[in-house]
Amino acid sequence: MFNSAFDAIVPLLCVTLAALASMSAEAFRGKGERMPIGGLGIVGLAGAAVSCVLLWNRNTSSFGVIVADNFGLFVTMTLIIVGLLTIMFSSQVLDLHDLPRGEYYTLVLFAIAGMIMMATANDLLVLFIALEIMSLAVYVLTGIRRDDQRSSEAAFKYFLLGAFSSAFFLYGIAFTYGVTGSTRLDRVGTFLAAQSMADNPLLLVALGLLLVGFAFKISAVPFHMWTPDAYEGAPAIVTGFMSTGVKAAAFAAFARVFLSAFEPFSADWAPVVWVIAAATMILGTVVGVAQSNLKRMLAYSSIAHGGYLLVGLVAANQVGKAAILFYLLAYAVTNLAAFGVIAMLGARDRANDELRDYAGLWQSHPALAALMTVCLLSLGGIPPTVGFIGKWYIFSAAVGSGYYGLAIIGVLTSVISVFFYLRVVVMMYMAERDGAPALPRVGAVGMTALAIAIFAIFYLGILPTAVLDLAAASISTIF
Amino acid sequence: MGLAHYLTLAATLFCIGLFGVVTRRNTIGILLGIELMMNAVNINLVAFARFSGSVPGMVFTVFTICVTVAEAALGLAIVILLFRVRRTVSADHLDLLKG
Amino acid sequence: MDGWLGVLIMIGLGIGFAGVMVGLSLLLGPKNPTPEKLAPYECGMAAVGDARERHSVKFYLVAMIFLLFDIEVAFLYPWALALRDLGWPGFVQIVTFFLILLVGYVYVWRKGVLDWGPVSSRVRSQRPKAA
Repeated sequence: MFNSAFDAIVPLLCVTLAALASMSAEAFRGKGERMPIGGLGIVGLAGAAVSCVLLWNRNTSSFGVIVADNFGLFVTMTLIIVGLLTIMFSSQVLDLHDLPRGEYYTLVLFAIAGMIMMATANDLLVLFIALEIMSLAVYVLTGIRRDDQRSSEAAFKYFLLGAFSSAFFLYGIAFTYGVTGSTRLDRVGTFLAAQSMADNPLLLVALGLLLVGFAFKISAVPFHMWTPDAYEGAPAIVTGFMSTGVKAAAFAAFARVFLSAFEPFSADWAPVVWVIAAATMILGTVVGVAQSNLKRMLAYSSIAHGGYLLVGLVAANQVGKAAILFYLLAYAVTNLAAFGVIAMLGARDRANDELRDYAGLWQSHPALAALMTVCLLSLGGIPPTVGFIGKWYIFSAAVGSGYYGLAIIGVLTSVISVFFYLRVVVMMYMAERDGAPALPRVGAVGMTALAIAIFAIFYLGILPTAVLDLAAASISTIF
Repeated sequence: MGLAHYLTLAATLFCIGLFGVVTRRNTIGILLGIELMMNAVNINLVAFARFSGSVPGMVFTVFTICVTVAEAALGLAIVILLFRVRRTVSADHLDLLKG
Repeated sequence: MDGWLGVLIMIGLGIGFAGVMVGLSLLLGPKNPTPEKLAPYECGMAAVGDARERHSVKFYLVAMIFLLFDIEVAFLYPWALALRDLGWPGFVQIVTFFLILLVGYVYVWRKGVLDWGPVSSRVRSQRPKAA
């Protein structure tokens, strides 16, 4: 199997096969029969993880369009972790809401396959198809609670703006192809290196349209409007999945396209991304403070985190690029764990996602309250959690490249954001539970997944060197 | 007819679609607008492929058409779902999620 | 321009043939209008109800699935054109593609989307709650 043209797509194949297997299993499942379909997903993801480890440092490429360089593999590993945690959190949630299990796991796996493809694509056409595979699956996941009005409304809004942004993205690809005569990123890069923006105004159009397309997907201001609605309406576990997985995949593709193919024009796009990053950090934080729904608050927090990642992209020095990868991993684990808690506390008839639903959580669920506190502190960037290390590297990269303004905005917004994360903590520990219905208990599988996530948060927060070195090694091979 | 003509046509079509998406109140109308935008891009791709004499653009178009169809089918499915639970297809009535 | 002449002639012939046929039947056919003959034809039965009724969502479901499987044929034409150049690797790839589609088809089939008409008890037991 190794040393063939198919090497680079082996992780992708594992996940896709698991998805197809889940779909077939669901098709042949008798009514009322229970099948361990989630187990199929875990097997597939584990296979993908093993192949990632084997492919590490080998820089293989399949058909020239999928490249398994270390950058892609690092993001793939992050996505596999996101997938594994999501599946572990899901089991309990699916039972509770009586969601279609087979379809749910199939869609999650297809979405992860699309994300992995996005992270490793070296061709704009493949990138577009990957984006659509991922997006279509996530649109359906958003609306998977078919009886729920808010879920379907969220699915519709997400779909509408997602498809809208895809059109812009595609238009950008078309212009890039028209000007450079190729959709392959390496060839586009070679072509652009010999050009200047003044030669061809169409390039400016292409660059702008691609930027708009990516900005939608990573929910950067001013293209963030869909995020709070989609995140609030979707089932909490799906929100956790899409706020981490989609963001990681989109950022990987964003970084690959803009830091390799469009690197020669960084003087043209960096100022624009500077403004977007600043606006994203400020809006995400300021509006987040005013939210009373926890999911909506975390949606704005995720917008703000997208802004921090953009800072790393603008800084674009060696530290910055490694910091993006590290931050993606840190954010994925932390945010997914936080949404996992919200998802598992949801009851059948009410989502329990308002801030006041968390009053007195310390008395009823002491372990869960402690775990949630760790997640929130990590999101706020307080040591010794991984969130602190991630932010530290992002901002030091910005300072290293001379972007003092961005670093200052970043630190200030981080400080403000701590306020709304602490609001939840205060609610959990200090407020009394006022007659609201009791929160459900959390199952063993979900608790295990949470424990793993919390271990990762502390491990990466206290001993980040190993993973940081991996991240640094990942980016040294390309860009 | 030069390349510029085709690009202008595509740009016009794209803008018409964009206008439709922004102004339409009916969700089906919005979906139609998005379709128009996607197809404008197809014209662009085919024109570029034709005038540069390279095949990938044509292949790309087949893929885009396919993806667009899948997207349209899913979009309509979501609209039907929305109609079943909300009894409306007007975008103005979708205001449960706010804040 | 020469290449399109045949198409123009074909279009002309098509329109002309249809026009001549309709015109001839108008000119030569006997005319004897009765209320029965003027009524909309519905399998020989008296028309019942309004034509603008709501259709079952089933039609829509089948239309959507038709659309999805139909568009995949778009990949077959380029493949067929380049069949000799692509050779066996191309064949294996297109077969893989259709195997993946087949999984989707089996799923749709087993979920009962393709079952029409009176529902047998066997199928009903497998059908999801909301069709």
